Amino acid sequence: MELHDLPKPQDLMNIDLNKPPETGWMDTPTVFRNGTYSYPAAGKNLKILGLANPRQWSPADEDWKLPENWKEIILQGMKERLEKYRSFRLFMDICVRCGACADKCHFFIGSGDPKNMPVLRAELIRSVYRNDFTLLGKMLGRLGGGRELTIDVLKEWFYYFFQCTECRRCSVFCPYGIDTAEVTMIGRELLNLVGLNINWVIEPVANCYRTGNHLGIPPHGLVDMWQFMTDDIEDITGIKIDLPINKKGAEILFVTPSGDYFADPGTYTCMGYMMLFHELGLDYTWSTYASEGGNFGLFTSHEMIKRLNAKIYAEAKRLGVKWIIGGECGHMWRVIHQYMETMNGPADFLEEPVSPITGTKFENAKQSKMVHITEFTSDLIKNGKLKLDPSRNDKIIATYHDSCNTARAAGLLEEPRYVIRNIMNNFYEMPENTIREQTFCCGGGAGLGNDENIEMRMRGAFPRASALRHVVDKHAVNRLLCMCAIDRATLTALCHYWAPDVTVGGIHELLANALVMKGEKERTVDLRGEPLGDEEEDE
Amino acid sequence: MNALFSLVSALIAVAALVAVSWFGVGAIGLDSVFGVIIPYIALAIFIIGVVYRIVDWARVPVPFRIPTTCGQGKSLPWIKADNLDCPYNTWGVIGRMFLEVFLFRSLFRNSKAELREGPKAAYASAKWLWLFGILFHYSFLIIVLRHLRFFMEPIPSFVEAITSVDGFFQIMVPTVFISDLLFLGAVTLLFLRRVGLPQVRYISLPADYFALFLILGIGISGVLMRNFFKVDLLGVKSLAISLFTLHPAPPPGIHPIFYVHLFLVSVLIAYFPFSKLMHAGGVFLSPTRNLANVNRSERYVNPWNYPVKVHTYEEYENDYREKMKECGIPVDKE
Repeated sequence: MELHDLPKPQDLMNIDLNKPPETGWMDTPTVFRNGTYSYPAAGKNLKILGLANPRQWSPADEDWKLPENWKEIILQGMKERLEKYRSFRLFMDICVRCGACADKCHFFIGSGDPKNMPVLRAELIRSVYRNDFTLLGKMLGRLGGGRELTIDVLKEWFYYFFQCTECRRCSVFCPYGIDTAEVTMIGRELLNLVGLNINWVIEPVANCYRTGNHLGIPPHGLVDMWQFMTDDIEDITGIKIDLPINKKGAEILFVTPSGDYFADPGTYTCMGYMMLFHELGLDYTWSTYASEGGNFGLFTSHEMIKRLNAKIYAEAKRLGVKWIIGGECGHMWRVIHQYMETMNGPADFLEEPVSPITGTKFENAKQSKMVHITEFTSDLIKNGKLKLDPSRNDKIIATYHDSCNTARAAGLLEEPRYVIRNIMNNFYEMPENTIREQTFCCGGGAGLGNDENIEMRMRGAFPRASALRHVVDKHAVNRLLCMCAIDRATLTALCHYWAPDVTVGGIHELLANALVMKGEKERTVDLRGEPLGDEEEDE
Repeated sequence: MNALFSLVSALIAVAALVAVSWFGVGAIGLDSVFGVIIPYIALAIFIIGVVYRIVDWARVPVPFRIPTTCGQGKSLPWIKADNLDCPYNTWGVIGRMFLEVFLFRSLFRNSKAELREGPKAAYASAKWLWLFGILFHYSFLIIVLRHLRFFMEPIPSFVEAITSVDGFFQIMVPTVFISDLLFLGAVTLLFLRRVGLPQVRYISLPADYFALFLILGIGISGVLMRNFFKVDLLGVKSLAISLFTLHPAPPPGIHPIFYVHLFLVSVLIAYFPFSKLMHAGGVFLSPTRNLANVNRSERYVNPWNYPVKVHTYEEYENDYREKMKECGIPVDKE
């Protein structure tokens, strides 16, 4: 399904949030409608990873070709996880169904489907938990809110657990902090046990496992892509950059999502990093082995997070660097910030990060030894180490989209804003219910940013788009800034459908536009090759 | 789950409980069953059950540090960090938990999404749930504290103080307590919200209505026995003290409405450990709230961390060595 197959925005949103179906939710069947689900994982990818039940199948088929004892596997998997994750256990037990989370989910606001209310999404699995794991549920059955795990329930899980972008917005509003991401992460783990997964997650995982990055780019391919970018930089600035690659003994390893190598507008951000590091004369290196900061393992299972993430510390150790900088990415930072050190640490072979330019100690990263690029850059700006000409970005009127994960899993709110305010003159915030810790998902996180799922994506994108359109109307905003590689891809589609005059881009793209570099020629175009000044004035 | 089914089944259950205790005492005279045996059993279930549940949760590990950050984290010294919404030390966590447990901070954020022409999404402030919740929990607390007068002799002065403030307006005789009115009002509003809002009605299980009706039943029977049936409160107190001194002796002649009240309370506390009411204990253990956002500065250990299969650099270089050499990438093995 493509964007142009969708009805017009007003028709798409012809829904009513206050009209649930006539039938109770346990009796409302799941319909796999084109445009609202993702294609299943190809068997070859499951084989590469050694995951269960590789085969050809489709969610639209009656027979999902499950192992005969699928129910036993799932219930056993639930039992294990109830004993390993307090979050999961607690979140099964303590929900009071107050409904505070109901209209906090972008998929509910955009679809009106009550099973997209976080509470009901969790109830899909809670009902089975009650039925099989609690005393009252076992005694009372349906009266106790329990229901048996049937094939239809399993299909419902697949549909709705892959209709959650694990953005954690609901957990901000829940009085007990119940985090649907924890529930659907475990839910997806369970589905994976019987071979239910989506290709848009599993293929990147398989690629990343083998080649080091989601896109499956081999080392020589990466060198080509990077060279292409340095050529562009030379055209724009007259400066030739020699990229350090897999350089042993460098001080810093730089890791960023591979989406930044591959497609516009991520590539402009990637060029931004290259220009910044070059200008600083930073002793750093890129890596072809740890060429992925993102981690689609997060959308598969906890074990898979660890399997993919292991490369970063391993490569830092092999190259003998002192510490690590990570690029602009959302879910990557959920993994780096909340999982990496616990899973693959301690990284005692690294040193506490100190900026070689300003001497600032990054105390907040002293254990994990990995610093976020906006922490690094805002420190440079604060200390006056960069010569910036914000007027080079004057054509751009920007707003900023907080990524779910940097906002709600790391508290990185001010660093990007500080950088943005110093590199451009026209910056406006979207309404307060839609930014910072209350930010809305792009609609395509957690592996759902694929084409076949486009209707659901655009529905999920609606709350973000609505806030964006507000500042477009009010301030003529024409650029949606973000620091997330998934965003740069998915928000582009969002804008295409919802706000066609807005382009999407990263922060370090604009930083590099504004960065006055030693020995550069007079800049006439920005990193996109578009004229810097107002074209009409030039004429 | 059908909304009406949920509501009606819960109503029938609570009505049955009322009837059983009313007739049990009033018609059959089972005073000691409802006044002694059942309360003892219920209290035992409550204490053992709650302890069991908390211990049961507490022994499940928290493998990862996953706070939901709702404010600026601590990073560079010149960026103001928000210790309450994104704690960076134990004091911050304590503060965050205090706000959560005592003031329902997260619920205070609540908003209501509405769709408008355009199409547009709008978010209106929606503090009703917070208000009803606060009123309900705090009036419940005051009522429980007031009830201490039945178990203690002499009555502690703080109980007297609460009672006199609570009865300040001295409406009617015996005095109607403000907390009673707030309590009944709040439970009613929570109920009306549950049936009135289509989204909440749709998600409601029998258990949700059961807890509401049970609590409402306790409140109504309490007010009835005190203000309308004018139950012999000295008799009630002598029963309560006899229960707590382990010499149970239900005095004769207490009106059945009291036993309805006591039975519903017994059912509530016995039901408590098995139900969603355990949120009261669970909120303290919630890993998205009770952990500090110090993930990159302090080590966090997963007790069941285990080695996993990875694709090593060596295997990677074996796959690509020639290509890497061709394009000038240094390799470990020539």
